[in-house]
Amino acid sequence: MLCQECRERPANVHLTQIINQEKTTRHLCEQCAQEKGGFAFQVQTPFSIHSLLPGLLETEGLPAGPAEVACKVQCEQCGLTYAQFGKIGRFGCDGCYSAFNGRLRSLFRRVHGAAKHAGKVPARAGVRLKIQRGIGELRRQLQLHVDREEFEQAAAMRDRIRQLERELTGGGPDSGP
Amino acid sequence: MDLEQFTCGRRSKWLTEAGPDGEIVLSSRVRLARNLRHLPFPFLASDSQTEEVIRQVDGVCRQHTAAFAEFSLLPLKSMPALVRQVLVEERLVSPLLVREPRNSALLLHAAEDISIMVNEEDHLRLQCLLPGLQLEAALREACKYDDLLEEDLDFAFHEEWGYLTACPTNAGTGLRASVMVHLPGLVLTGQLGRVLSAVAQVGLAVRGLHGEGSEMSGNLVQISNQVTLGRSEEEIISNLHGVTRQIIEQELQARRLLLNEGGDFIADRVNRALGLLTHARLLPAGEAVQHLSDVKLGVDLGLLENVPPQVHKELMVMQSPACLQLAAGKELTELECNRERSRVIRQHLQN
Repeated sequence: MLCQECRERPANVHLTQIINQEKTTRHLCEQCAQEKGGFAFQVQTPFSIHSLLPGLLETEGLPAGPAEVACKVQCEQCGLTYAQFGKIGRFGCDGCYSAFNGRLRSLFRRVHGAAKHAGKVPARAGVRLKIQRGIGELRRQLQLHVDREEFEQAAAMRDRIRQLERELTGGGPDSGP
Repeated sequence: MDLEQFTCGRRSKWLTEAGPDGEIVLSSRVRLARNLRHLPFPFLASDSQTEEVIRQVDGVCRQHTAAFAEFSLLPLKSMPALVRQVLVEERLVSPLLVREPRNSALLLHAAEDISIMVNEEDHLRLQCLLPGLQLEAALREACKYDDLLEEDLDFAFHEEWGYLTACPTNAGTGLRASVMVHLPGLVLTGQLGRVLSAVAQVGLAVRGLHGEGSEMSGNLVQISNQVTLGRSEEEIISNLHGVTRQIIEQELQARRLLLNEGGDFIADRVNRALGLLTHARLLPAGEAVQHLSDVKLGVDLGLLENVPPQVHKELMVMQSPACLQLAAGKELTELECNRERSRVIRQHLQN
């Protein structure tokens, strides 16, 4: 279809207006729509990561069940479905990360080449993670002392690790959504 | 802060100071994306929910009166469209925040080096913008305010995915670090493409002046990290810092080459640019930006003596249509804009 204004370029903007319960539709090209439309709007959202995401998700989580089932997974907190997430490329809320949990690891690997946070941990929300990272670090030191046959220091490390592990199982503050 | 007092591009720290390696690196920026638990991200949130975010941020400011004494919380809705656009030109807010000003706000420090966008793509986007190459300092500053906010706000955080963001490309650290570099030497010696493709190979993104999707103009390029998950903030910053140092080295080499092999050519070019900017009566934006870049190159190479080094950054902001119109106090046609642009540039260069 050609643009109704210039009759030169293909019409790819379709304006529907309802005035006094009368519906009119005009078919314009982008240029005329911007010139004669009388208002500014974006014809197409620019191509970005959000446009790529559906491609990345396509093979995602399929082994878990048929694709239709996977797409119906829904976040309880905000109501966003996995299919909608794939379409708009954005999570709806923090709860979506838990709701789509099983399908995120390979998505993050493709986007970031990694799927485990290695950066800053917030003081309050990340208490558990801080303890876990502390234990990891102490284990490395413990091994170092064992290798050097420094058994006294190694024993001290072991006690410290046990103490931190007790703190973890004793249940610290909630660490994530 | 009184909105009436908004003048263009004269107060921001990144604009008025050069900073380390300021000849090539115009500014360094660190941005942290943060969201509140149990609230839908802004694009899905109801009006009352986005208001709740603003209310909580306001609460933090009242709680930490000393730390936030010099901040103003500015609702975008109540700003004239031109003022909002000027904030974009000064790079204090993103184009997205201005496009959908619904319930968004800007928490802005008086020195304008720290700003917090509320209800953009994420609930909070904390930004530190400094002149020159100062990524580490920018990260330190941003983290300081991040810690303060976290004392009172429940940030969405997950042990495996880090800070949770609306877009999966920001999850983890929520950190986007970027530098704005001026590379006329690499452009004039035809080496820019080679350098930028090498930059892309180490996982950094290259963009034009106005971010995603914008063309390169005025020989300015923005380089930023793409990966936000699986690396620490310090790693991301030091990677970008290291690459920027290499680019500075390449640009300096190209400038030496230009001076040695084409001294006359380059002296002619920068003086012509200055002559044009000080005599033209109608200046389209594209032309102004290109000649401003040449004048900056002339200043940096010591070929133009009476031009202060900061005019480039200042004029880049002042010559934008939004700033010209705000200064004129009314909407301008393209022709009027070109006339005003030539006048503003002429006056600024003659002072």
